[in-house]
Amino acid sequence: MSETSIDNKTEELIRVQNLVKYYPVTGGVFRREIAQVKAVDDVSFSIAKGETLGLVGESGCGKTTVGHTILQLLPATSGSVTFEGTDVLSLKGAELKEMRRKMQIVFQDPYASLDPRLPIGESIAEGIKIHKMGNADERVDRVIENMRRVGLENYHANRYPHEFSGGQRQRIGIARALTLQPKFIVLDEPVSALDVSIQAQVLNILRNLQKELELTYLFVAHNLAVVEHISDRVAVMYLGKIAEMAPRDELFSNPQHPYTQALMSAIPIPKPNRKRERVILSGDVPSPLNPPNGCRFHPRCPIAKDICSHEEPEIKSLVSEPKHKVACHFTEAATQ
Amino acid sequence: MTTKIELLPNDSATDYRTNSLFRLTMRRIVRQRSAIIGGTILLFLVLVAIFAPAIAPFDPNFVLIGHEDIKRRSDPCIHLLGCPEDQPQHILGTDGNVRDVFSRVVFGTRISLMIGFTTVGFAILVGTLLGSLGGFLGGWIDNLIMRIMDVLLAFPSLLLAIAIVAVLGHGLQNALLAIGIVSIPVYARVVRASVLSVKEQEFVSASRALGGSPMHVLFRRILPNAIPPLIVQGTLGIATAILDAAALSFLGLGAQPPTAEWGTMLGTERNQVFTAPHLVFYPGLAIMITVLAFNLLGDGLRDAIDPRLKN
Repeated sequence: MSETSIDNKTEELIRVQNLVKYYPVTGGVFRREIAQVKAVDDVSFSIAKGETLGLVGESGCGKTTVGHTILQLLPATSGSVTFEGTDVLSLKGAELKEMRRKMQIVFQDPYASLDPRLPIGESIAEGIKIHKMGNADERVDRVIENMRRVGLENYHANRYPHEFSGGQRQRIGIARALTLQPKFIVLDEPVSALDVSIQAQVLNILRNLQKELELTYLFVAHNLAVVEHISDRVAVMYLGKIAEMAPRDELFSNPQHPYTQALMSAIPIPKPNRKRERVILSGDVPSPLNPPNGCRFHPRCPIAKDICSHEEPEIKSLVSEPKHKVACHFTEAATQ
Repeated sequence: MTTKIELLPNDSATDYRTNSLFRLTMRRIVRQRSAIIGGTILLFLVLVAIFAPAIAPFDPNFVLIGHEDIKRRSDPCIHLLGCPEDQPQHILGTDGNVRDVFSRVVFGTRISLMIGFTTVGFAILVGTLLGSLGGFLGGWIDNLIMRIMDVLLAFPSLLLAIAIVAVLGHGLQNALLAIGIVSIPVYARVVRASVLSVKEQEFVSASRALGGSPMHVLFRRILPNAIPPLIVQGTLGIATAILDAAALSFLGLGAQPPTAEWGTMLGTERNQVFTAPHLVFYPGLAIMITVLAFNLLGDGLRDAIDPRLKN
């Protein structure tokens, strides 16, 4: 698989190469491994400093697993993740702990991501306590500083998670991730559990923080409108593989992969009279336990031909737009 | 967040007692009638145990022969209820060795509560350690620990306790150890199940992502959240432990005479159940009340902690 070329002007922060994550399925009396769930199967991309890469796909396509594997919350089956020249996946012990300061995560479920027994000030302070940064007063200052950044007031520090709304909790989760002053944050569907009105608020906070702190985001989501709002580039995942990856405007104006086209046509447009062509996919996502041969999308693809069922398409750049990469046999003049 | 509320000084960040989870939980517990009844009885028993020397009119092991003109196994005599004034007062009568039964029952409270708390304390400590290691680490360690627990659970607990006492030799201490050992698996299972469910939650992953060591994650994040079911199980377990200890003592394997222990009192006077029923009735009643108190409290706690009943 070819690698993502990065604009030479921008500095690459993180590079994911051929990342693979299989979950073993055990069964029988002796719990032998009888199958593998191919959650992430050969995914490569890189993110430049200060950039936001949106990672979209339907549930179960492996996008969350990608985020967790990059942070070593899950062990990768194979592949590599390079962060500022360091191979993250080989780190252990103290080195890994040090790396954790640079890479943080905001979780999807604001109700489960905070320890219900800790006042949120303590939750936010957990990272700096673990890393023994500063004395007690400095820690309080740092916690308050980060709470202010996400629009919380310092008296909130004494309160427990159950006293906050979902949006507030998500901002608490962001503040917690910020305390270690990371360079890179995985945003694991940070707004999908929130009301639409709150989503915009949280997204704006994330954007402002990115500007202020020069953060780099991997934004995992299933909502294309949200991704369009925040991302610089977008990668579309299907069944553990990247189907298409392009700069945001290019992807949304010129989607090449039939799966991306179907996704695009599903975005609601607030103009009830406007007619448009809908690409409606039939069937369900196949099980990652036993993904289809050839192109993984072929059983549901409206333009599938013979070749799709036995030959897996490589991800290639478009001639017209080298930053636009598609894994489909039938893209316009696809080249290596 | 458009409304701005007046800021409090920074140091308020360190004081969060005003609305602690503990208080919220206490409020829920207070709403459970059975917990209140059980807790009240238990409080009463604890006070009796603490002030036993002040409450009991006699030393529990003091043989009254030669000090009072009284027969063995004399009936209860309460002056207020019409017992002749010339007869010495023993409100629950005297036993076969002419000792004051009331004093013995009162002092027995101490031993029974001590048995309950020490055995369950021991079992919870060991059980929590084993269960949390198993649940947290998983793999063959988990398998090994839980299969050993399964073996222990396969025996009827009292039978196993008897076997352990038979090996170690009889006596109160060994009986405590035996009861402690047989109750370990229950706690190990409860803790393991709880740890398994908590460790999948996102705040645990968050702690790992922040750089928390496995020990930090287990002891600071997972265990505190896995404890509530253990409290319920422990309260109910104390009742069982007291009952088991009484049974061992009844069989002569636990507390040895002349110790004033309810099970021992029952055991030594069991043949007099028809001629002097008060000698077995009162220790039996004491056991029943104590066990009932812990069961009521445990049930109430369970209902209070059950998330489905929140608010």
